[in-house]
Amino acid sequence: MLSFILRRLAQAVLVMLVVGMGAFSLFQYVGDPVSNMAGQDATPAQRARLHADLGLDRPAAVQFARFVGHALTGDFGVSLRQGREVSALIAERLPATLELSAVAALIATAAGIPLGVYAALRRRHWDAKATMAASLLGVSLPTFLVGIVLIEVFSVLLGWFPSFGRGTTVQLGAWSTGLLTADGWRHIVLPAFTLAVYQLTLVMRLVRAEMLEALQSDYVKFARARGLPDRVVYFGHALRNTLVPVLTISGLQLGGLIAFSIVTETVFSWPGMGSLFIQAVQFPDVPVMAAYLCLIALVFVAINLAVDLLYAVVDPRLRVHGPIDGGRP
Amino acid sequence: MKHRASPTPVDAVAAATPLPGRWRRLLAGELWHDFTHSPVAMLAAAIALLCLLGALFAPWLAPHNPSDLATLDLADSHLPPAWLADGRATYPLGTDDQGRDILSSLLYGARISLMVGLSSVALSVLIGVAAGLLAGFAGGIVDAALMRLCDVMLSFPPILIALLIDGIGRLLFPQARDVLAFAVLILALTLTDWVRYARTVRGSTLVERQKEYVQAARLVGVSRWRLLRRHVLPNVMGPVLVLATIQVGQAIITEATLSYLGVGVPPTNPSLGTLIRIGNDFLYAGEWWITLFPGAALVLIAMSVNLLGDWLRDALNPRLR
Repeated sequence: MLSFILRRLAQAVLVMLVVGMGAFSLFQYVGDPVSNMAGQDATPAQRARLHADLGLDRPAAVQFARFVGHALTGDFGVSLRQGREVSALIAERLPATLELSAVAALIATAAGIPLGVYAALRRRHWDAKATMAASLLGVSLPTFLVGIVLIEVFSVLLGWFPSFGRGTTVQLGAWSTGLLTADGWRHIVLPAFTLAVYQLTLVMRLVRAEMLEALQSDYVKFARARGLPDRVVYFGHALRNTLVPVLTISGLQLGGLIAFSIVTETVFSWPGMGSLFIQAVQFPDVPVMAAYLCLIALVFVAINLAVDLLYAVVDPRLRVHGPIDGGRP
Repeated sequence: MKHRASPTPVDAVAAATPLPGRWRRLLAGELWHDFTHSPVAMLAAAIALLCLLGALFAPWLAPHNPSDLATLDLADSHLPPAWLADGRATYPLGTDDQGRDILSSLLYGARISLMVGLSSVALSVLIGVAAGLLAGFAGGIVDAALMRLCDVMLSFPPILIALLIDGIGRLLFPQARDVLAFAVLILALTLTDWVRYARTVRGSTLVERQKEYVQAARLVGVSRWRLLRRHVLPNVMGPVLVLATIQVGQAIITEATLSYLGVGVPPTNPSLGTLIRIGNDFLYAGEWWITLFPGAALVLIAMSVNLLGDWLRDALNPRLR
């Protein structure tokens, strides 16, 4: 058990180091920080001094160690585009992305589970079949197109919801939240739903498949034989046993939600980390890209590690498991 | 595919016969029979083929050439589709802000989308199959290193990896235009995708190399390279075919997403994603046609390819019959 945990931890650290090396090589081989900082009229001597001051004359391994040391304290330098600390920029944008992802996950589970149960219980009826067909459409639709159609219908034609920004936010210490005002909620509806569509279809299909399997099982047959009412059999027995895999997949997808929010945030001009990253890619702004890369990798590695460890705790037979697919755009 | 289900030495020899025989066998085989008895598959194939032909023959089918600046007339900009009050028959689906015909832009855009999607899938199949065969046959440290790399890459969403590689490509070639920009984009999609094929092929290679026909071939002194190419390769291609079909849809969607985000194809050669992004700015002016027609085309292509892939997966899987 201990060796399994240690091996998993070592693997997680290795992944982070590889990602860190990728981020570091962005700085190394791309662009010259000296010419960026010194400007046009700097003399060669000034340049050389700046070069030495920045530690760029040291061996690459030493520089990498320094980079990792700084990264561990959250220091990724200064954004080339905005001239501000990258850590400050990200801290400012983080709440928006996390709130969006959380609300999306909530929508996906709250709507996906009942829909999946419904599709399983009425699997021979046309309405359940139509729901399944619609879910196939949901998998084929690109996220940005869902967002555009929602804007066209609910903002432009009906005028029910605003289509950009977070609306009124309230500052709670360092955390700015849009979830305490009615205006903030009105702004989050469309982007959160857009982000949720893919996960919703995933949860729904998963619940349906698990439910169908559970309904065939002996304990459900036994519960029926005992004369328990359908409601108790379906929700007390069958559904309860399907929830473990469903919650696992939902948890794994949380990282995916944060990554997919890149697209959703762009469509809805949502001031989160995703739109920060896109601007960084377009500019290109190396420190911001590197920081975002490391942060997202950390989120993914942490989630995968937690799931693996939980599995090992729950079921000792499961030792090394392949990774779960990251999903799609 | 029959020879995958029962790979006896006889089948392996049959798989190595030249193409015409294979085509005849395909048409007489179960797969074709399955296809002609599945209305969904035939409809999806028809739509996909229609899109492909439309894109391929865009220069002859399109009523206008959207990249020919001389034919553009700003007086014709912002026109709605022909069936609406202000629409004109020369612009069946309306025009955009520059006076370009939407139908023509759409055909040319689909051309770019399909070109990028198909070539990136072809490249990733090439790299992935080679890497998978290598890992499955060489084993040891090569296998371990390749599979760890796959593990890491598969645990991130493809869009993120594609964005990063695209970002790095932009940093390395800041002046990238036209051909180079396409190369960066296709490379980004390829480097994101090849791991899926590598993993699949490695798995089936490990199974195949244990089988008698491989050992028999080895025994009669077939060289390693020939063994891989003529005996193992044909028998591991079934799952690759399914994956590749589904990945064409995914690659097209990823490309559209990148182009929508403004980091995909160069603006001089708009793809469907670029057209959607351009139209996005005019939604509030009530000009829905600039965005929604390219969007519908994108969904149509992605849906038909996905359905085709689903059908192929079921048809090639004997357990689901």
